[in-house]
Amino acid sequence: MIPALATLLVFQLIGEALVRALTVPVPGPVVGMALLLLALVLRPATLQAIRPTALTLLQHLSLLFVPAGVGVMLHLQRLGDEALAIGVALVVSTLVGLASAALTMVWLMRRVAPPDPFPIDGDAP
Amino acid sequence: MNEGLPLAGESVGRLADVWVYLSASPLLGLTITLLVYHGAFLVYQRSGLHPLANPVALSVIVLGGLLWATSTPYATYFEGAQFVHFLLGPATVALAVPLFEQMARLKRLWLPMLGALVVGTLSATVTAIGVAWALGASKVTIASLAPKSVTAPVAMGIAEKIGGLPTLTAVLVVCTGILGAASARYVLDALRIQDPSVRGFALGTAAHGIGTARAFLVNPESGAFAGLAMGLCALFSAVALPLVAGFLLRWI
Repeated sequence: MIPALATLLVFQLIGEALVRALTVPVPGPVVGMALLLLALVLRPATLQAIRPTALTLLQHLSLLFVPAGVGVMLHLQRLGDEALAIGVALVVSTLVGLASAALTMVWLMRRVAPPDPFPIDGDAP
Repeated sequence: MNEGLPLAGESVGRLADVWVYLSASPLLGLTITLLVYHGAFLVYQRSGLHPLANPVALSVIVLGGLLWATSTPYATYFEGAQFVHFLLGPATVALAVPLFEQMARLKRLWLPMLGALVVGTLSATVTAIGVAWALGASKVTIASLAPKSVTAPVAMGIAEKIGGLPTLTAVLVVCTGILGAASARYVLDALRIQDPSVRGFALGTAAHGIGTARAFLVNPESGAFAGLAMGLCALFSAVALPLVAGFLLRWI
């Protein structure tokens, strides 16, 4: 677990350092993710070392958003004053985003992607 | 303190000391975050992972209520909660693992995913800006709303760049995630989209980490696609959104 956690932090650190050194507008952890993916492609043997810790962290991803969400306390005034605009904008844009992404992907899959030889089974979210 | 009841006074004083210690130490904020989330998650599981019993929404309501009832400032709470918040970074890096495991599918579907990502991200941003503007929201609010479909740390960076309030954006990001995770099943069923890879990808595009968390729980392979969408969305948005949103905000 400790080597896995250290690996994740090292890649985040490299990512953060790179985006600052190159002043690119991409967040450090995203660059860290891309670099870790590259490392896994080059050396697939490292997967087993980090897999359990990485999946544990991802299973509890929701928890990590709680502190930011409680920040609603700071903005009750503004949220109350502009409740209608904010609420409608959130609902409409989330539904539009979901539907447009799904429809675009299905439409393009019919056009360009060959059928899946091993279709995913089980529940869908 | 009541002079006539020295014992009672002393214990009240001691209790006050305990509270002074707890309210100043990060221990309480961290412990209470984990306990409340654990409770919320049990409710979510009891409900059979019902999309409307979202554990983030339940936790935020309970914790917000506790802070309000004890008149604890958010900054004091965050001293403890920041340790949880910090893990968003390593968790983002960890997304490389499910991505790697889905490599074969990713290679086959890269073009449909790229299209879905660009269309989904831009349509969510443009409708958020358009609707908020039409309903008379202030410019600061609109700028804070624009990046709300992107995962928290990235969205906060974008908001700062285009003149929004990063902490308000964080709240709107969480609201979007909850809304997306709660509504995805109904929206995608209504559109008759059954493919778990498409459902996962749409959830990750529109509802970032909270949508991804939901996808992982319901189907790990959907989760991998959601995680990929969330990561790609963060990359694409970090580059494209300041330009697109900045351009639209100049016209408002």
